[in-house]
Amino acid sequence: MMKNLIKSNTVIMLIFAAVVLTAPMWTAPIGANYPDLLQKFAIFGIFAVGYNILFGLTGYLSFGHAAFLGIGSYTAVWSFKLLTMNVVPAIILAVIVSGIFALIIGYLSLRRSGIYFSILTLAFAQMAYSLAYSVLTPITNGETGLQLEQQDPRVIDSMFGVVVTDGLPSTNLFGTLMSGYSGFYVAAAFLIFAFYISLKIFRSPFGMKLLAIKSNQTRMKYTGFNTKPYLLTAFIISGMYAGLAGGLLASIDPLAGAERMQWTASGEVVLMTIMGGVGTLIGPLLGAGIIKYLENIFSALNKSELTEIFSFMPEWLQTIVVNISNVFVGEGWHLTLGALFMLIVIFLPGGVMEGVTKIKDFILGIFGKGEDNRTAEIEGEAK
Amino acid sequence: MDAILIQLLNGLDKGAAYALIALGLTLAFGTLGIVNFAHGALFMLGAFCAVSFQKILTISKKVKDESITFFDAYKEQPYLEIWWGDTGTAIIDYAVPLSIIMAIPVMLLIGFIMERGLIRHFYKRSHAEQILVTFGLAIIIQEVIRHFFGANPIPTPAPDLVSGSAAVGAFFGLNENLVYPWWRLIYLVFSAAIILAVFAFLKFTTFGMVVRAGMADRETVGLLGINIQKRFTIVFAIAALVAGLAGVMYAPILPPDYHMGMDFLVLSFVVVVVGGMGSLPGAVAAGFLLGVLQSFASMTEVSSLFPGIDQIIIYLVAVVILLVRPRGLMGREGVFED
Repeated sequence: MMKNLIKSNTVIMLIFAAVVLTAPMWTAPIGANYPDLLQKFAIFGIFAVGYNILFGLTGYLSFGHAAFLGIGSYTAVWSFKLLTMNVVPAIILAVIVSGIFALIIGYLSLRRSGIYFSILTLAFAQMAYSLAYSVLTPITNGETGLQLEQQDPRVIDSMFGVVVTDGLPSTNLFGTLMSGYSGFYVAAAFLIFAFYISLKIFRSPFGMKLLAIKSNQTRMKYTGFNTKPYLLTAFIISGMYAGLAGGLLASIDPLAGAERMQWTASGEVVLMTIMGGVGTLIGPLLGAGIIKYLENIFSALNKSELTEIFSFMPEWLQTIVVNISNVFVGEGWHLTLGALFMLIVIFLPGGVMEGVTKIKDFILGIFGKGEDNRTAEIEGEAK
Repeated sequence: MDAILIQLLNGLDKGAAYALIALGLTLAFGTLGIVNFAHGALFMLGAFCAVSFQKILTISKKVKDESITFFDAYKEQPYLEIWWGDTGTAIIDYAVPLSIIMAIPVMLLIGFIMERGLIRHFYKRSHAEQILVTFGLAIIIQEVIRHFFGANPIPTPAPDLVSGSAAVGAFFGLNENLVYPWWRLIYLVFSAAIILAVFAFLKFTTFGMVVRAGMADRETVGLLGINIQKRFTIVFAIAALVAGLAGVMYAPILPPDYHMGMDFLVLSFVVVVVGGMGSLPGAVAAGFLLGVLQSFASMTEVSSLFPGIDQIIIYLVAVVILLVRPRGLMGREGVFED
């Protein structure tokens, strides 16, 4: 009874919302409670949660999802330029446009599976990236990136008589500026919404079908089941999530560049998902948080700060530790990322979430409840 | 006609690099079933073999510069020059080709250690996990190189004798003024030789025969009492060597920097898949095909007709080929489709 209550959608969503909205408080001890980073947590969380709907449920490894993020960003910035500085139309348009692109790319790429699918998505994304840099410069503004200008038309804004006289206008949500903590709360609201949809999908017959495709697509086809529409739907949904993330990125900082579409950016979301735990609900969020945290904190550290951190040690030890750890911070934070990544894949293939489960089982095992708990859980699922 | 010849040579040159990397990737995949995302890093390590060999040769001593008499001036003079005079200078001049001597044992050793230390534990894991762990390894190798050699490209010149250009125009009976860098021609011949050597090795030696048998049916070969594992380890080391040699010889063409591996890796993967996973001739053919297409697409006539085509041609061709031929040019059924 108690177990079922904890696992119900409402309770999960309440806990999740509470955790997300109080993030500025509980991230304070680890030095991550500044708005810039919190916004990134939320936005890349959305990206990873969406990616997980495709990769986690169907097992199709896409290497081109950053393209949708980039398309979402460009759309949002164009909406700011042409329509209004309000973020709502921008985000809606970003989701719709990236959904359309996901439909086209997904339709073509899903004709193949396995690595052929991965390479097809990679090829499409790289094409989008290269074109954004070269031929599509009128739309994307090439290397400089798409930016706002004071003399942009902004049709809807000017209808309501909003006139910008000096400087660039800023993005807003019906008057609330999108910078700082308010930007984070808007992104967090979208994250909670996105997580809710993902939870519903995971627990729906649709989600079950996607899982069945992952475990044995051939068998699904033998039963006379057409898998293609389901795969395509999953692809479009995750593309729209990426578009939403892109739109939010542009809403907080109205600037869109092609480098958001590069394959390394696509690789990053794969890393986030795997690091957190593929196919788990909360894992991708954790992965996004860990990677963005490391990126921001580790890359900002330098030698003098390290000396301060390790100042409690005896001097000879301090010198050694500082010199060794200096390699891993600042410009070398990628080294940390690579090492962490290898360790996780080698020892915890299920990502951080597998580690959590192992620890949980271990603790329950101490109290002799491990096995009972398992069976109870399985019975609960069956009901 | 002149422009076409130059573009053809350019394309073959680029294609040779793609083909060599793709060949190693396919060898590792066909034998061990491993998708090695660190293969680009091996190419980069090869190029840095040339860089470090050159650095070792030019370890210098501060000597007084005699030509300046107004004040005491000092210049760096390599020990080799001090000891052996002109012979030493000549050796330094030939640093890149000579570094092959160093690259062979180094790359074989790196390949061996990689297979024994890491790859071996990933045979039974999913392809996604193999991709991820080797990707992590590639990042680490890249960062270590950056730590020691810095972020800037390091110029590694070809020997003086071949740093000029060959009169290819006159050779083919075209325009006399049509010239092409010697080193690029050498690279072309070199890669053709390596590719032929690998194929001959697999085709005509007993070892190669066993490896090919193992690629076709590993289990049966194992049942016949052959330690296929050991041979596959050696094949992986050879794949690393091929990538490394491709890198060594590429150093004069493109000054090596720490992320040159990643730049080549993505394209090489496209090449391997277009050629068909697990097919060696497919990988080589696709490498040259895509290299030539890329260089023709960069001709002004073509890019004025289809703007931007030079940027996307490889990916466009890859998409078309994969949609028309599900398993690439020469792929076999049932390989890597789950």
